[in-house]
Amino acid sequence: MTDATANGAPAKLTTADGKPLKAALASAQSHARRRAFFLVLPLLAFIVITFVAPIGQMLHRSFHNDGFTMHEDIGSGVRTPIMTNLKAWFDANPAGTEPTEEAFAALAADMVVLRELKAPGQAGTRINYELSGSRSMFTKAARKANDLEAPFKDAFLDLDKDWNNPDLWRVMRDASSAYTFNFYLAALDLTRNADGSIEQVNENRQVYVTLFSRTLLLSILITVLTFMLGYPIAHLLATLPLRYSNLLMILVLLPFWTSLLVRTTSWMVLLQSQGVVNDSLVGMGLLDDENRLQMMYNQMGTVIAMTHILLPFMVLPLYSVMRPINPSYVRAARSLGATSWTAFRRIYFPQTVPGIGAGALLVFILAVGYYITPALVGGADGQLISNLIAFHMQKSLNWSLAAALAALLLGGILILYWLYDRLIGIDNLKLG
Amino acid sequence: MKLKTALMATALTGVAFAAQAQEITVMSWGGAYTKSQVEAYHKPFTATTNIKVNSVDADNPATPIKAQVEAGNVSIDVADVEFSDAVRLCDEGLLEPIDHAMLPAAPDGTPATEDFIEGALQDCAVANIVWSTVYAYNSKNVSGTPTTIADFFDTAKFPGKRGLRKSAKSLLEMALMADGVPAGEVYDVLDTDAGVDRAFAKLDSIKSDIVWWEAGAQPPQLLADGEVVMSTAYNGRIFNAAVAENQPLEVVWDGQILDFDLFVVPKGAPNKDAAMQFIAFSTDTQRLADQASWISYGPARKSSGALVGKYSDGKTEMAPHMPTAAANLTNALVNNFEFWVDKDAELNERFNAWLAQ
Repeated sequence: MTDATANGAPAKLTTADGKPLKAALASAQSHARRRAFFLVLPLLAFIVITFVAPIGQMLHRSFHNDGFTMHEDIGSGVRTPIMTNLKAWFDANPAGTEPTEEAFAALAADMVVLRELKAPGQAGTRINYELSGSRSMFTKAARKANDLEAPFKDAFLDLDKDWNNPDLWRVMRDASSAYTFNFYLAALDLTRNADGSIEQVNENRQVYVTLFSRTLLLSILITVLTFMLGYPIAHLLATLPLRYSNLLMILVLLPFWTSLLVRTTSWMVLLQSQGVVNDSLVGMGLLDDENRLQMMYNQMGTVIAMTHILLPFMVLPLYSVMRPINPSYVRAARSLGATSWTAFRRIYFPQTVPGIGAGALLVFILAVGYYITPALVGGADGQLISNLIAFHMQKSLNWSLAAALAALLLGGILILYWLYDRLIGIDNLKLG
Repeated sequence: MKLKTALMATALTGVAFAAQAQEITVMSWGGAYTKSQVEAYHKPFTATTNIKVNSVDADNPATPIKAQVEAGNVSIDVADVEFSDAVRLCDEGLLEPIDHAMLPAAPDGTPATEDFIEGALQDCAVANIVWSTVYAYNSKNVSGTPTTIADFFDTAKFPGKRGLRKSAKSLLEMALMADGVPAGEVYDVLDTDAGVDRAFAKLDSIKSDIVWWEAGAQPPQLLADGEVVMSTAYNGRIFNAAVAENQPLEVVWDGQILDFDLFVVPKGAPNKDAAMQFIAFSTDTQRLADQASWISYGPARKSSGALVGKYSDGKTEMAPHMPTAAANLTNALVNNFEFWVDKDAELNERFNAWLAQ
């Protein structure tokens, strides 16, 4: 047509007002995109404020603890760096240097600052997280800070001989930088020894790895149990005539609508050794009064109660997937000579897989983070990792360790989610 | 002129309104204990000062303090906390210092600083009660009469489940005392690794029979249900279940562990002045004695002792039920707050590991 075609390059398409079509399209689309963005802006702001920011802040705590570097006055908000002299000494001397008189002099100068700021408890608490028993050394030394005189090393050792402990100096060196991964080490039952290399903590202190694996195993067990119990129920619900299935559905939903606490405490009434189940068994003569079954305050209690509580999360996705499955497929398979087992295995079951995936993922993720039920019926060996996270949040007040444990749990779940996506495909998930 | 009077009247009403609208929030431990404080402190305080007191409860009021102060959003004016928590929170700068000079003197003129029991006045805290961790049993379910702390750990002599608080504090001390360590040496022994091992070894001997509790209201329930035959408990809760609710529960005072509960004011409390006023009012000689007529916890002032009378039912003498009664102190341990401030993290870590094993 024109010489452009002759040159082999297509003519630039333009709109009526002469703008190139590509640019015009892009501007129209970006306009639409911006409008769409404004529509989701409230939700985005809500998620950022209530979810991303607090969780991000909490995760930040897991590798950032400035208890030994910064003091913030709560009333005025004034921030004052602390332990500056000691930090200067650490910077000037490599790790593993025997603390010299100079180091103790720096420590003494910092103690005076701590005393003025009323911050020895804060600094001591930070060190105490990693070296138990050191907190009072700080409060004691700061109380006497103004009386400390050269030679400082002897003055400190007079207060407490542990001031010469190489572990203490290693921990102080680590803590003199606010960023640390030691809380993650602690969350994996690991610690650093005096020369800084990583080793396992003493056997009678190891708890977190055991609890992580127990949480994982119990969650898998509970997921399998809810599947085994939920699949037939969902199938029954999906195949019954509507008026019966609606009635049954209410029976599934009724406990779902009941408060979690009420359901857990009802299980306590049923399972305890003077409870309904044991009393009935003893009453029927099946059980000796002396040998009542211990079904609560152990893992069994946790598994029973959590399976019941999480059952609806398995039944509902399964039901929603099974309902629309056309029964004529199975009939067709049967008429072509398949046994009922083969028809189920090759025709019916594969169609329910998206529901199983959704139910299993829901139940598993909820189970991994479950707190209140194991706390109430779990006793000693039915505790999960969330109970220890709560312990560090509420009782020991070591929020950095709690954050590290929570971050590991979150990371673990994300890895499992990724695995699920790779193996089954997240597109295959069907919730309703 | 008329207008001026009217304006004045409005202004005055406004002032009166403001005064009436003032209120403080006091956080405590719930149940019978909070009730005793409402009756003995809150109601008379409101009647005297016209300041309304909101009572809220927590499993342990020390927990929300740290969260609230660090978030810069403090809603509690006064909290009732345990000794080691009071010291630790104060050291971390989370509490307002309390001027001991504002505390009223005893009726005979003894200044407050001498009238309070030793240790009851801290930089940021004023004690109101002395309470104790004891063990109690249900006389309906135990054959024989347990009398010593060793009996608690003797499942051969007294078979049945034992209730214990799920925390290393007081548990390890009791285990050592049951193992024959005299009260005076408990903390020295517990300060060594061998001592801690010894305490856990003693606990191992009853581990399979332990039912753990966390809230103070649980042990009376566990005992009354027959779920356990003996349980450690806060002595006031057992008293309340036994006297007010007529449960067949008996306290064994041997090996009891005494502790303070103290009033503290979180840093940045919204009504700090009224909070201080409340503390001064509630910890005077008469109020502390009054509280003891609602629950069997000992007053933290020496001068209150003589004023403690009968329980609110009008017939039960309180004196023999007090943890501080002479007969109950033959083998008693005073909680060493400094030890626990220091070792709490380490020993609870070990305790958690032991639980999970």
